[in-house]
Amino acid sequence: MPDVRMAVRDVLVRRGERVILTVPHLEVWAGEVLAVVGPNGAGKSTLIQVMALLERPAAGSVFFDGHRVEGDRLPYRRRMAMLFQEPLLLDTSVEKNVRSGLSLRGVPRSEQARRTAYWLERLGIAHLARRPARSLSGGEAQRVSLARALALEPEVLLLDEPFAGLDPSIRESFLSDLEGILHEGRLTTVFVTHDRAEALRLGDRVAVMMGGSIRQVGTTAKVFAAPVDEEVAAFVGVETVVRGRLQSLADGLATIDVGGAAVQAIVPALDPGAAVLVCLRPEDVILEPAGLESHPTSARNHLRGTVRRITTVGGQVRVALDCGFTLVALITKQSLEELSLGVGDEVAASFKATAVHVIPRGT
Amino acid sequence: MELLWDGLREGFRLLFTGNREVIEITIRSLLISGSAILIALTIGALAGYFLATQRFWGRNFVLSLVNTGMGLPPVVVGLFVAIMLWRSGPLGLLNLLYTPGAMVVAQAMLATPIVTGFTVASIQSLHPKLRLQIMALGASRWQTIWLLLREARLPLLAGVMAGFGAAISEVGASLMVGGNLKDTRVLTTATVLEVQKGNFEMAIALSVVLLILIYAVNLVLTYVQQRERPA
Repeated sequence: MPDVRMAVRDVLVRRGERVILTVPHLEVWAGEVLAVVGPNGAGKSTLIQVMALLERPAAGSVFFDGHRVEGDRLPYRRRMAMLFQEPLLLDTSVEKNVRSGLSLRGVPRSEQARRTAYWLERLGIAHLARRPARSLSGGEAQRVSLARALALEPEVLLLDEPFAGLDPSIRESFLSDLEGILHEGRLTTVFVTHDRAEALRLGDRVAVMMGGSIRQVGTTAKVFAAPVDEEVAAFVGVETVVRGRLQSLADGLATIDVGGAAVQAIVPALDPGAAVLVCLRPEDVILEPAGLESHPTSARNHLRGTVRRITTVGGQVRVALDCGFTLVALITKQSLEELSLGVGDEVAASFKATAVHVIPRGT
Repeated sequence: MELLWDGLREGFRLLFTGNREVIEITIRSLLISGSAILIALTIGALAGYFLATQRFWGRNFVLSLVNTGMGLPPVVVGLFVAIMLWRSGPLGLLNLLYTPGAMVVAQAMLATPIVTGFTVASIQSLHPKLRLQIMALGASRWQTIWLLLREARLPLLAGVMAGFGAAISEVGASLMVGGNLKDTRVLTTATVLEVQKGNFEMAIALSVVLLILIYAVNLVLTYVQQRERPA
């Protein structure tokens, strides 16, 4: 059983007459990054504000370390930190901004100074310490805001679209810094984003929200490989995303171990043993009846699998295979009929090494 | 014309030779209007914070009252306070009528809506999520109020200055509740009295002091606002 750090139960939020959020149950496990993804207006920000104890739901409860949050919420709020899309700095110096939360929480001054210095240094903004906050660029300001949150050494870190306002160039370095910090500290984090690439990169688990409710929760790989319904599939993009480990690399062609199966792919410079995410678009996967594969082809990857699930998406058919990992193929209805595929059948799948997209992953 | 020139010359002479009466009246004016603005700031900042951050039924009605209050006629305020403080009135027991205390009350009533209105506007000009961020940093209710008001300090200062200007330069309310006695005479009421007595030199001297005070207040305000303006 995972160690549940935070949970919400039977939460209902209304705006006027309209119900904008209903969450029967959601857990955040100790040390994980839970990515909450969904389109704009799905209720993600409302959910994270309920978790941050900034918004009082019309019904339902928030649990922190197994205790139902009741009465005075301030002591619980002081165990968390939150980063918004906007830096929301106070109109004072950078250093005083980073200290502000610590001082509000009554942390001794010497400790304030130590943590402030550490996080300014760690986030590469020590040289800005004396600058007025309002003289900073957007990227610098968001780093200061992150330093302010991390200096609190929160038990739970809540992030509401922290990268959405940043230029792409700054975003990348911010993202990789945050990724390192989160994994190194095993910091329990809830991360709201509308960007599925960010969710893939940072999330251990993903919760998909639509229309004010959570449609699916699961490991990142599971949710992206096996969306529960058409709407979720349309949002996450039907894609196979699985974790693997680089085994060998020769001439730019890598062999990656994915759940026992070997997948060949083109990868950037990486060391053998590196953890990676293997992404594959389902339209790049070709299915053939098992045992009747025509050889040779230019596809480097040939895998055998068992059909686990067949769903219709729009006019096409998603076939989820178990090949040691879940591989998704998107085929036409005609192909489905010609192959006469059914759940439990064995089938051969092939795809080109160049169709595989490999993302290095910190852990 | 001659009256004006003589008056001005005599007025400045009274000022620069440190006429006792002028100095006393000036200090009394500053004390009364200063106390009034402190009261107005305390009430107005809290009321303004509440109006700016809370949603409740009738909020717009209250806001319209505040806006009306920003242009409240001093005579009306004076009349109201006088009735309240009248010996047989509801607060007659306090024996405040025709004392500096009564003038503080009247001027505070005049300045409070002004400070409230400026506070509402200044808090609403901050980023709407800033309050949430401050709460998320771990601020208690009072810490949140304090930090948000501090973020809005510049427009708030403008409100204080405007309130102070209104308080120190009004004449109707002070006359009505202060009575223009020896102990309640302030720059404006004393000016009225001196004109009635035909002492134009004294009236001009007092007016010049009043103008200098109002100018000084606005000089400080302008200086602070220009210095702190975002680059």
